Amino acid sequence: MSTFVVILGRLLQAVPTLFGIVAVVFLMTRALPGDPAVFFAGPAATPESIAEIRAQLGLDQSLATQFVQYLGALASGDLGQSLSTGQPVADELMRRLPASLELTLVALLISVSIAVPLGVLAAVRQDSWIDQLCRFVVTAGVSLPTFFTGLLLLYVFYFLLGIAPAPLGRLDILFVPPPHVTGFYLVDGALAGQWDVVGSAAAQIALPSVTLALFTLAPLARMTRAAMLQALGSEYIRTARAAGLSRARVLFVYAFRNALLPVVTTLGMVFSFSLGANVLVEKVFSWPGIGSFAIEALVVSDYAAVQGFVLSMAVLFVLLNLCVDLLYTLIDPRVRLDA
Amino acid sequence: MKRRDLLKSSGALLGAAALPMLKTSAAWAAPADTAVILIGNTINSLDIHRPGTNRPSYQVAVNCYDRLVTFGTKTLADGTLVYDYDTIEPELAESWTIAPDRKSITFKLKPTAKFWDGTPVTAEDVKWSFDRALALGGFPKVQMGAGGFVEPAQFVVVDAQTFRIDLKKPSKLSLPNLGVPVAVIINSKAAKAKATASDPWAAEFLHKTPLGSGAYKVERWDSGQQLVYVRNDDWVGGPKPALRRVIIREVPSLATRRALIERGDVHLSFQIPNKDAQELTANKKVKVVGAPIDNCIYVACLNQNFEPFRDAKVRQAIAHAIPYEQIHKQAAYGRGVPMWGGKSAKPTEAVWPQPFPYTTDLDKAKALLAQSGFAKGFEVPLSYDLGEADWGEPAALLIQESLGKIGIKVTLDKIPGANWRTVALVEKKLPFLLENFGGWLNTPCYYFYWAYIKGNLFNASNYDDAQVKALVEETLHMEKSDPAYAPKILQLIEKAFVDLPRIPLWQPTLESAMSPALGGYETWFHRQVDARSMKLS
Repeated sequence: MSTFVVILGRLLQAVPTLFGIVAVVFLMTRALPGDPAVFFAGPAATPESIAEIRAQLGLDQSLATQFVQYLGALASGDLGQSLSTGQPVADELMRRLPASLELTLVALLISVSIAVPLGVLAAVRQDSWIDQLCRFVVTAGVSLPTFFTGLLLLYVFYFLLGIAPAPLGRLDILFVPPPHVTGFYLVDGALAGQWDVVGSAAAQIALPSVTLALFTLAPLARMTRAAMLQALGSEYIRTARAAGLSRARVLFVYAFRNALLPVVTTLGMVFSFSLGANVLVEKVFSWPGIGSFAIEALVVSDYAAVQGFVLSMAVLFVLLNLCVDLLYTLIDPRVRLDA
Repeated sequence: MKRRDLLKSSGALLGAAALPMLKTSAAWAAPADTAVILIGNTINSLDIHRPGTNRPSYQVAVNCYDRLVTFGTKTLADGTLVYDYDTIEPELAESWTIAPDRKSITFKLKPTAKFWDGTPVTAEDVKWSFDRALALGGFPKVQMGAGGFVEPAQFVVVDAQTFRIDLKKPSKLSLPNLGVPVAVIINSKAAKAKATASDPWAAEFLHKTPLGSGAYKVERWDSGQQLVYVRNDDWVGGPKPALRRVIIREVPSLATRRALIERGDVHLSFQIPNKDAQELTANKKVKVVGAPIDNCIYVACLNQNFEPFRDAKVRQAIAHAIPYEQIHKQAAYGRGVPMWGGKSAKPTEAVWPQPFPYTTDLDKAKALLAQSGFAKGFEVPLSYDLGEADWGEPAALLIQESLGKIGIKVTLDKIPGANWRTVALVEKKLPFLLENFGGWLNTPCYYFYWAYIKGNLFNASNYDDAQVKALVEETLHMEKSDPAYAPKILQLIEKAFVDLPRIPLWQPTLESAMSPALGGYETWFHRQVDARSMKLS
């Protein structure tokens, strides 16, 4: 079976799951306390004006009718209108998802480039100072809440030292976003050749991504260390050493490659939870991401927005799992997609 | 995918991440006639008439649209600029006359007034805009109703420059209600061109694109991030604004807003918590301006549906048990006007709000409770809105502690913002709650209308009194200069003192922090940024 057909099959398998998620989320948002009609009728609402708003929002219909209408709209790609931001949910997600993805990807890149070497070294030189350092970094990363590290970094690098730019979102006030291609300002700016925009975007993303990286460092470093230790203690490594292979070859070709599988699994998990969990970082750095959008929507019972957010996250996770599985086949030829 | 390709591409990404940090400072780099203003909430629409438009969005109505009239400015004793409810000034109207029977007002429009696209402002536009406010329903309709404007037939186009409002009955609220943010004048010709059969009032278009004649045009709106105003140099509604461009930035984190204003990277942080206001007054590089909010008080409501609160002695006992001064110190951080310790049990001045004649006196409270039908005390949950937790939580904790000393066991009930309006104001089922209503129109009778009449939204106490109802009906539309007005208001206030469905804690202030270079900052009843009067030195 070709890879393409397998991927297609995997995507089709996800459809019932997604439908289930849509149905559950629809019911759960309705079960939330809070009445959007009252909330959006404004500061001096009367019972009549609340009833008018309820009718306009279609909330006077039965749940079943509302669900069918929602599914119908969904089939034509319409995620509805967000009440709290006044924009179509699809537009809102399209604009905010790249902001969150860019932040998360840069953070993971930083995190991986520190955590993996650190974990490998810690495993190779067990109980040495580098192992202690690894332990310290891991404990600190896990125990410090992200908003705390965020505020601390902000205080030191922006407030006291003045090295970092004002935490006002993705770009400095003086710059206009680059033409939209991927939605990632670092990439779009580079594609358009606007290097000053890329510079500003890089400066703006530095502190929030480091904050997030510190948080995601811990599981990656731990997992790398554990997987490396296991690999190094295994029989094939003993055999390789006995066969007189060079130290570097044993370490990187045999041990590291076998240790990569659990690390990639962890990476996938870390990616998915940090995408949703970076709300606090987004708030501190005024980052117009998807997490803060979802929280705002939840607080005011903005049904369409919450549903759109959960659905897009679900789709993202399906794709992410697929990517992780594809990576497995690269790392370990024994793993097959259609297995 | 080949492993080699993947490694190659990841190398390129690593290079991008290693770019150096750049230091640029927003306010320093901005030109001298551009101001950067921070707000904490998001602007969700540029059209105030649209259902679902939130409060922070009202600033677009203030800055981009004109009304027929506006309010003057007065200077408080400490030099703070505030709007003046008692001075009504022309904005789009050049002049107006009130008919001898006071049942109609005729406006002459400024002949030079033009919308941004150059078309002159006509009476036709005024009528269309007011009809629209009624037709779209919701809050705009309710607010128009406060001025006695309830049906389109009341709005009459006399000729292109003359517009008349017919009133069902004369009311002192009619003229001021034309100066509130809701009563904006929209370019009806341009809007109608965008209307469709299913959207006759162009709500979809105006949601994202204002069509006004106001002092500022919207240059850019990045929803969830920023709104950029640029000056309309042809504005005739008032003196030409000093600022050419105003950037409104949404910064959700309080700590970040504070860091930005303290670093001097922005010009104004609008509406800061009292705690920051108190702490920033010590900072020489930041100017803090706070003015009392007219016709607004933070109150503890005693719901009459809750058995013990039907007993007048219980209500008085509570009024004597609330630790007012401590609350003012710890919940309001000393900002705001005290509303306790009034000199006499009978009001002498017809002003609202004013201090109630109660002070913290636990012995008196114990004695009052002993005389009531609930001498053994009782248990009651005290509810507050989590969205107002900055003052609600400390106030509730202090009340809980103090009422505990006289034998009333208070439990705390935090209610999420989305749910608050429903349970507190619509269902009115909370026995004991902290509430913060303020009226846009600054007359005592208007406050009593919303907060002391059975069934009205802000009467969370379910207070129902025939005398108060009659007094409000008589005074609501009566001129303040009428000799009968002040005595009736005194009666109302006395009823509020005695019956105590709402116990005031303090009158809040609207606090903002700004760079010393920013002048002309004015506090308005609508609690929104008005950039038109601001200037940079």
